[in-house]
Amino acid sequence: MSQEFRLDKIGLINRNKKISFKFNGKKYFGYEGDTLASALIANGVHLIGRSFKYHRPRGFFGAGVDEPYAIVQLYRNNETEPNVRATEQELFEGLEAKSVNCWPSVNFDIGAINNFLNKFFPAGFYYKTFMWPKSFWYKIYEPFIRKAAGFGVASTKHDNERYEHKYEYCDLLITGSGPSGLASAYSAAKNGARVILAEDKPRFGGSLLTSEVNIGNQNGKDWADKIIVELKEMPNVIVKNRAQVFGYYDHNMLVMSERLSDHLPKSKKYTPKQRLWYIRAKEVIISSGSIERPIVFGNNDTPGVVLASAAKEYLKVYGVLVGKKPLIFTNNDSAYETAIEFKKNNINPIILDTRENPDSELISEAKNMGIEIKFSHVVVAAKGYKKVNSAEIANISENKKDLGKIENITCDCICVSGFWTPTIHLTSQSGNKTKFNEEIDAFVPGKSKQNETTVGSANGIFSLEKTLTTAFEKGHEISKKLTNKDNKISVPKVSEKKFTQHDKFWCVPLPKEKNYKRFLDFQNDVSVADVELALREGYRSIEHVKRYTTLGMATDQGKTSNLNGLQLVSSIENKIVPSVGHTTFRPPFTPVSIGAIVGREIGKHSKPTRKSPMHSWHEKHNAVFVDAGIWLRPRYYKQGNEGLFEASKREAENVRKNVGVCDVTTLGKIDVKGPDAAEFLNRVYTNAWLKLPVGKARYGVMLREDGIVMDDGTTTRISEYHYHMTTTTAQAANVLSHLEYYLQIVWPELNVNVVSTTEQWAGAAIAGPKSRNLLQKLFPDTDVSKEGLPFMGYLESNLFGIPARIFRISFSGELAYEVNVESDNGNFMWEKIIEIGKEFAIQPYGTEALSTLRIEMGHVAGSELDGRTIPYDNGLDGLVSKKKDFIGKRSLNRKAFIAQDRQKVVGVVPLDKKTSIPEGSHLVKDANAKLPNPKLGHISASCWSVEYNNPFSLAILKDGKNMIGKKLFALCPVKNKSIPVEIVSSHYVDPKGERVRS
Amino acid sequence: MLHIKCPHCGLRSQNEFSYGGDGTVKRPELNKEVPDKEWDTFVYLRKSPRGKHIELWHHISGCRQWIKVERDTATHEIFKTSKANEDI
Ligand SMILES: [Zn+2]
Repeated sequence: MSQEFRLDKIGLINRNKKISFKFNGKKYFGYEGDTLASALIANGVHLIGRSFKYHRPRGFFGAGVDEPYAIVQLYRNNETEPNVRATEQELFEGLEAKSVNCWPSVNFDIGAINNFLNKFFPAGFYYKTFMWPKSFWYKIYEPFIRKAAGFGVASTKHDNERYEHKYEYCDLLITGSGPSGLASAYSAAKNGARVILAEDKPRFGGSLLTSEVNIGNQNGKDWADKIIVELKEMPNVIVKNRAQVFGYYDHNMLVMSERLSDHLPKSKKYTPKQRLWYIRAKEVIISSGSIERPIVFGNNDTPGVVLASAAKEYLKVYGVLVGKKPLIFTNNDSAYETAIEFKKNNINPIILDTRENPDSELISEAKNMGIEIKFSHVVVAAKGYKKVNSAEIANISENKKDLGKIENITCDCICVSGFWTPTIHLTSQSGNKTKFNEEIDAFVPGKSKQNETTVGSANGIFSLEKTLTTAFEKGHEISKKLTNKDNKISVPKVSEKKFTQHDKFWCVPLPKEKNYKRFLDFQNDVSVADVELALREGYRSIEHVKRYTTLGMATDQGKTSNLNGLQLVSSIENKIVPSVGHTTFRPPFTPVSIGAIVGREIGKHSKPTRKSPMHSWHEKHNAVFVDAGIWLRPRYYKQGNEGLFEASKREAENVRKNVGVCDVTTLGKIDVKGPDAAEFLNRVYTNAWLKLPVGKARYGVMLREDGIVMDDGTTTRISEYHYHMTTTTAQAANVLSHLEYYLQIVWPELNVNVVSTTEQWAGAAIAGPKSRNLLQKLFPDTDVSKEGLPFMGYLESNLFGIPARIFRISFSGELAYEVNVESDNGNFMWEKIIEIGKEFAIQPYGTEALSTLRIEMGHVAGSELDGRTIPYDNGLDGLVSKKKDFIGKRSLNRKAFIAQDRQKVVGVVPLDKKTSIPEGSHLVKDANAKLPNPKLGHISASCWSVEYNNPFSLAILKDGKNMIGKKLFALCPVKNKSIPVEIVSSHYVDPKGERVRS
Repeated sequence: MLHIKCPHCGLRSQNEFSYGGDGTVKRPELNKEVPDKEWDTFVYLRKSPRGKHIELWHHISGCRQWIKVERDTATHEIFKTSKANEDI
């Protein structure tokens, strides 16, 4: 297919490399260096999608980030991505794209009927219509809206692309490589500053790529190329293209997304698709340029209505004509450049200038070239449905209120320019109080809050000479401050055409008895009438008008619509624009993919995985693992066809009958050292610690200041000033911070140090009636008899030559020991225990059996110490000292904490002795009571009691101490269960605790 | 993301720290009779000022020291940081 809108020679594309691609299933070709948008326009494709609300035909409006229309669904390397702007997507071989928001097809779209029913789609339509009746929402409204609306579909597949994060520090970050960015980067870099220059487009140079200017006897583009080459060679400079700085955060932290592979058919091996840069810059120069804004007129959303600057960019960068009979509609000089470029390429444009009789170098040039210019003229409305085919134009009165006779002229595109809006998004995000500049009818940066300076047209400076002068100066000034160097670059001589004053005109009045839609926001379909209606309905604040009409809320963030919206509100309200104010600019400036934000922290990489030194042994022995905090722990060791239930039951039974071994490496361990260690523990724990002898362990409970149990565990006195504290796996980090807080902030006078030793020790719990026999064989030279190592005793010994710590402590309620060796010896210890334990029928057991054992013994753990319970609730009030003070003690006097019917842990057994009670079930008196059924308590943990061979649960129950023997119901609505239960003691097995002391 | 100057380590990014709340709260002394009101104030009542605020931060992924930070809660400006045992 020939490219009928492509010019022969002009442009920066590589005509030696043809690229084929598909749009809506049809094959086209373009050239290397094209965007999807430029290639489509070259092929005469102007209809690209349908609008959000009215499903009106949509074409191209811009040529870059400001594009509100041309959003496509992209297909690349068997993946699909929604929300891709065709104006930014570079062409690659095999690219496929489809229109979005149209069904069944872009040419025949059923939703377009909304366009004719527009009386039913006014501002606030969604709020007004879809609210009532409520029951209609899920079945009727929502599916309808979902089918008819939206900008594409997200992939449901796992994203196999790689995304990376990078942290970088620099003296100066410069956002945008137009003339101001290049000049300040060059000037600062030459003065020794560490500079990052970020350009969001593939090509550097910004406006220099399309303007006819000279800098230092070179044309603008050649100057830009030369500066970039030089900057890239400097070791103190990072130059990035395809990199959008999209967010300006606190303390000069900026985030940039770099697209490394989106322009390629597929990502190269080991190369990420995108990289997110977190840049901490000492100083920032914002050189983000400006965006042309449209003039509002009837049917101004018709495909073929484009920004004049975009038409120029398509022509000069891509050699593409947006039309062959262009109408240029402007209130300022810059669109004359577009007209002149058309003329140079033998296309005859007609200029409609809203001004009466402007005069400038550029206007004279256009006149001299024979371009037809109609002053005091406006476009009243575009004509044509899927593409502009003519325009209604008219003379406009001096006061800009009355239209003259309307005439129709043929055209195939309307290039519109309503002057320029500085891109102040980043500036505003930084906290800068922007101010309204009457001269250019737009907001410009005001007082900086952070170390930020805005230069060039982003600062409202539209003369190249002034831009370069200030940019060179700022680059030098800022770098001097940071490097203390003083190398100054002289500013090159500039030749450019001077502009004359623009016209403040922004909206064409409607002719009598005509009801053309005049759009402000092209992506969200917000028209002048919508905003007028919102104001009539009483919305005043611009933030409310925005939300009610959705003006500026689309993915383009109103880049082309915000100011015109403000103009409208201020003209209706008779206020000046600055007092209406603009809405808040929030990051990101352009959409950022979720993949880039997440980076590599996905799946198993979202947090570190910690494994015990015995992990590979567990793996080899068919352990099924479970996440315990960030640790992986064996849940059970699978034998044959066993499931969780059978395996954990077997393992727990073996502990009760013989001996089992459990990997307890994950328990938090903290070394507490120093002459005041005993005093410190005495303040941290609820029970007494001053008299614990060396070689003894003690169980302790610690509270928060509000009296709630924080954690529990045993602490052992290793030597005079040395204690070994254990915490639960989950609370290890919090407990350490808690201890550090008290030592550093509250009681700095205590001479104590704490340090985590969790990773230094591997631990094995050996539990069961035969555990002592096994231990004796493991430590033949050590007396581990009842007398030699009594309950809560501690010994140091060696395990076949390896130093080992032996604690006689028990979590399972059986006679039990815990052996610790240095981590590197963990596997040796484990294998020895298994090997020697064979004769005692040892079996390893996992967390599930461990839970079973502790639940039926009534030992509280994380599910009872849930951040809502006090010692009493857990049956731990015996450990609360009456004599001494400790953290949280004072709170235990609170009225609710001493209430007679205070909740308490109890045991729960189903009456049928068969039905397991789901954890989280509520305990109620009457299963059939009216909802909300008063809750008396909840099931905190459930197991299958191996001792009694029936289900058993623990619960936290109101007035638990008086409830033993009562019959209640356990309700679990999510599992649709109602189970009659009996309340029993939480100590279901060995209530006197004889086994641990045996 | 804030940039916090740890008095022990130097300027570090916020993600190395965890927030520790109001840095001016004084725990009532141990073994002292404390009226209900005073205790409740200590445990539960915190000011949440807009503007200057002295806070505790814990350099949890760094030197593990608790530090004091004087920060503007509205602008995030940090005026001063100090060691835990120093007055700010
Ligand atoms: Zn530090």
